[in-house]
Amino acid sequence: MSVIERLIPPRAPPPVAKRPLTASKVVGIGILVLWALLAMALISMVIEGWDPAKFERYGPRYLNGLLTTLTLVGISIVLGAILSLPIAFARMSQNRVLNAITYAYVYVFRSTPLLAQLFLIYYGLGSFRPQLENLGLWWFFREAWYCGLFSLTLNTAAYQAEILRGAIQSVPVGQHEGAAALGISKRVAFWKIVLPQALIVALRPYGNEIILMIKGSAVVAIVTVYDLMGETRYAFSRTFDYQTYLWAAIFYLSMVEALRHLWNFIERHLTRHLTH
Amino acid sequence: MSGWLSALFDTLDPFCGPVGIFTWLGGTGLVSCGDTGWGDEIAFGVKVTISLALATLPVGLLIGFLIALAAQSQEKLLRLAAGVYTTIFRGLPELLTLFIVYYGAQTLLQSVLSAFGYEGRVEINAFVAGMVALAVVFSSYSSEVLLSAFRAIPRGQYEAGDALGLRRGKTMMLIVLPQLIRIALPGLTNLWLILLKDTSYVSVIGLADIVRQTGIAARVSKEAFFFYFLACLLYLVLAMLSSYGLGYIERWAKRSEVSR
Repeated sequence: MSVIERLIPPRAPPPVAKRPLTASKVVGIGILVLWALLAMALISMVIEGWDPAKFERYGPRYLNGLLTTLTLVGISIVLGAILSLPIAFARMSQNRVLNAITYAYVYVFRSTPLLAQLFLIYYGLGSFRPQLENLGLWWFFREAWYCGLFSLTLNTAAYQAEILRGAIQSVPVGQHEGAAALGISKRVAFWKIVLPQALIVALRPYGNEIILMIKGSAVVAIVTVYDLMGETRYAFSRTFDYQTYLWAAIFYLSMVEALRHLWNFIERHLTRHLTH
Repeated sequence: MSGWLSALFDTLDPFCGPVGIFTWLGGTGLVSCGDTGWGDEIAFGVKVTISLALATLPVGLLIGFLIALAAQSQEKLLRLAAGVYTTIFRGLPELLTLFIVYYGAQTLLQSVLSAFGYEGRVEINAFVAGMVALAVVFSSYSSEVLLSAFRAIPRGQYEAGDALGLRRGKTMMLIVLPQLIRIALPGLTNLWLILLKDTSYVSVIGLADIVRQTGIAARVSKEAFFFYFLACLLYLVLAMLSSYGLGYIERWAKRSEVSR
């Protein structure tokens, strides 16, 4: 039996390892300095070129444009969501004809540029003025705002239908079978069991879609809608001041970042029962 | 040498060549080739769109790869720098990025040249401006795709490279990159299709792409619906062709994987 006779005296902790100046650190600092210089240049440009008269004239217009963008995106997202429901169900149905039609719709609207779709609707349908007047639809296709709304809605409906279909099909078959085993009717099973799980899957793609729509809605400026981009182009064409684009960038960036953070919060909140 | 090569391209021209679609279907109508129709102008637009997308792709991929490398490095500062880049350029509308690059480069060049005493008007090439803007947007999206592909490659692959005595660069080129491409290919296919659509924005700064050429044709001939429909159709065909081609490449890249 051995007995400890002396304690090991306390020793100083090992020295902190020196972190060498690696190449990646140098590059990182270099790029950050570049970013800082760029930011400073932009800020100094704004301060130097600050003109209260311009601010008074174009400031309210910018806010109006922001409001137009937000309403345009908000309405088209909601209308697109409503329109996407039947499309998603037709895509999932066994009916060959319905399936083919909706597949073609989704494929066409997802693989052609929004700009070309907008031109097709605004200028293309606009050339059928007599027919549209006969149908009583001319008031709709005459206004650039309505045409922008229409094309954004059709575009987002195609994307949202795919999101919804993917999310519904991602719910395992066992969930349907479990509901059937419990004697729950198909309707109730869909609304109470399948859809809540599908919407959690669809949450992130929906957020991405809204961000894409905010960015995509800038194209309506080209057909003379005064949204945020349209007001920016108006202000630039009057002043030839580069600042106008910087302000638009700030507005768009803050919109997208706010939405991204809101979406992260919502997702964390809604999936808190799934994390341990 | 170049004589027969250009003759070959003229024969194989899918629009206005001897077997071209506009030559066959255009007749002497709106889309015929030559001075009476718009066939050759639109064919030129298609060429501009394709060459812009093809010119943007390698630049965007290279920048995106570097950003992805920076975003997964151990160095906090480098990650921060990459994060700033992707946050800015994924948050801005493509159209706004294009204007910022186009007018920004013009303003910058003008002020630099006037500092050297040159007072003439400076015009930036629309093709280059469009290429830079699209490459910046493409790179910020592709960096995310490549980053998630990097994360899908286990650490053991790097350790195996070390164990074999390969240098960092060699490990990257011989071990990591081949797997990375295979994992990232579906995501990059998506981004290519998005890039093809985004090229339509350059028509706004005056580059003669599909949308601009069909737009001119529509304005002159007053057949707006027909020409914009044609533009949509051309984009659709381009998307179909590229998804077919990329599907082939994807199958080729996966040929050594276990088939089930």
